[in-house]
Amino acid sequence: MLERLGDDVVRGLKRWTEAMVGGPLDEKMAALRRSENEYGVDPFGFNLDYALAAIAPLLWLYKHYHRVEVFGLEKVPKGQVLLVSNHSGQLPMDAAMIGVALLTQATPPRAIRSMVEKWVPSLPYVSTFMARVGQIVGTPENCRRLLAAGEAILVFPEGAKGIAKLWSQRYQLQDFGLGFMRLALETKTPVVPIAVVGAEEQAPALVNLGPVARLLGFPAFPLTPTGLPVPLPTKYRIYFGDPLFFTGRADDEDAELDKKVRVVKGAIQAMLENGRRERKHVFW
Amino acid sequence: MRPAVVVTGISGNLGRALAKQLHRHERIIGIDRRPFVGKPKDIEMHQLDLRKKKAEDVFRHGDIKAVIHMGIMHDPRMSPEEHHSFNVIGTTRLLDYCARYGVERLVMLSSANVYGPSPDNSNFLSEDAPLMAASRFSGVRDLIEVDMLAHGFFWRQPSVATVILRPVHIVGPTIKNAPSNYLRLKYPWALAGFDPMVQLIHVDDVARALIEALRPEPKGVYNVVGPGEVPLSGIFRELGRTALPVPHPLARPLLKRLFKYRLATFPVEELDHVQFLCAVDGSRWAQDTGWKPRCSMRETIRSVLGE
Repeated sequence: MLERLGDDVVRGLKRWTEAMVGGPLDEKMAALRRSENEYGVDPFGFNLDYALAAIAPLLWLYKHYHRVEVFGLEKVPKGQVLLVSNHSGQLPMDAAMIGVALLTQATPPRAIRSMVEKWVPSLPYVSTFMARVGQIVGTPENCRRLLAAGEAILVFPEGAKGIAKLWSQRYQLQDFGLGFMRLALETKTPVVPIAVVGAEEQAPALVNLGPVARLLGFPAFPLTPTGLPVPLPTKYRIYFGDPLFFTGRADDEDAELDKKVRVVKGAIQAMLENGRRERKHVFW
Repeated sequence: MRPAVVVTGISGNLGRALAKQLHRHERIIGIDRRPFVGKPKDIEMHQLDLRKKKAEDVFRHGDIKAVIHMGIMHDPRMSPEEHHSFNVIGTTRLLDYCARYGVERLVMLSSANVYGPSPDNSNFLSEDAPLMAASRFSGVRDLIEVDMLAHGFFWRQPSVATVILRPVHIVGPTIKNAPSNYLRLKYPWALAGFDPMVQLIHVDDVARALIEALRPEPKGVYNVVGPGEVPLSGIFRELGRTALPVPHPLARPLLKRLFKYRLATFPVEELDHVQFLCAVDGSRWAQDTGWKPRCSMRETIRSVLGE
């Protein structure tokens, strides 16, 4: 009973997605189905039908709520690539919007994999949802494996510090982790910097309740004026930068890697400032 | 007489499946405490405990070229002392006999469970991943110890080519391990909101892998994967069952009581396997031996029903 209901919901949502994209998706997405087995999942648990259904509400938000404008999508190279973006907004809407853009606007469509926090697999429903839409726990082995398979991987080097940014910290990039640079060097993967303008204002948080976060086992517990991290309908502008190629030793000292990471950070910061200058208002 | 292959734990379900496949090509000497029901005539059987002195006689008198060691038990109801002694002392003795009586090759059956399910796991664990299972489930401590004993022996004793196989969850019509029993339940539980990818392998495929490991090429530790990975919900769909979703904060205390009062056969730690990932990368084994499982995913899943 429940299963059939679930199947109907998936089919219904998928039709909604198709209506919004304007046309059947199966042919366009055929290439993404390659690695699926007879149970409709790839080895990592990604299920294209589920993903196309799951993005329906996100696609609606993309078109009508955040009214996303995308710049430079064509700069994302074919095959393995690391997409590195700023992170903000309490809820990972920035990841969802980048994912929707690449799945529905790019030709050929790309199903991005983002590296999620290690506590996600311990959350009921969220863990299953994330796996079915292709999001993977951020371990270096997972990243290596996916890059070797020619996937596009979205990384937020700011991590939890980024998404939990307070209002006063908006558009100030937090410290970048070095892990993505080690992987880029090791696997000779191009890095595409991404700047998301608009997400940083979507859920202004005033304080971060550290003790509550620790109590619940969350990475952070930011408090917004409404108490809930509901995103406001800010207008999103997503800028894709030119791919950056790095050479060097993956096991180099942190200081050396940090120099390279700063190049990526600088590129994102420049696009962020440019984007903020160009826009007329936070909401339109 | 031809040099023989000693098989420990031959009377179990997997042991019998292996014996049936192997006895046409090799002379087999079986060792097990349990009687071998339906033993083919050409198999020499010794019904004894590996820890007993008499086990050494088998090695002293027979010309033995290889050993397949799967006489390891995992029974959550058994006293931990007896459990530990049987597995660890039995294996230690066996390794000693292998070194002393010129055995050329040792194939040891371990399990992919030694890595342990955990929310931190990578989607595919390779052979060098740490064996973390006991950090959440102390009942599997000696399975890890036995795996590590064999691993140490591999380095210490180059005269014996040692192969350690870590197959994923073994299922089959008569197999009575936790995963097979779980999938056979009429009204299984699942943890609400969790649907991890699961890897199963058919018992006949495991027997084939063990025989494959007798060939000269393989050496060291290998994960052995069956026909691939499938979400737990997909398995129940294939079996035509609906699992009852139980919220995990409720399921743990509930199962703990049920197990204590002998109303359930699963210790509470087994719930980790239906909550978190414990999937492995079997590419090293596939590369070194050209391994392809014979049973399809559908056959493997349905095998628990006795089909």
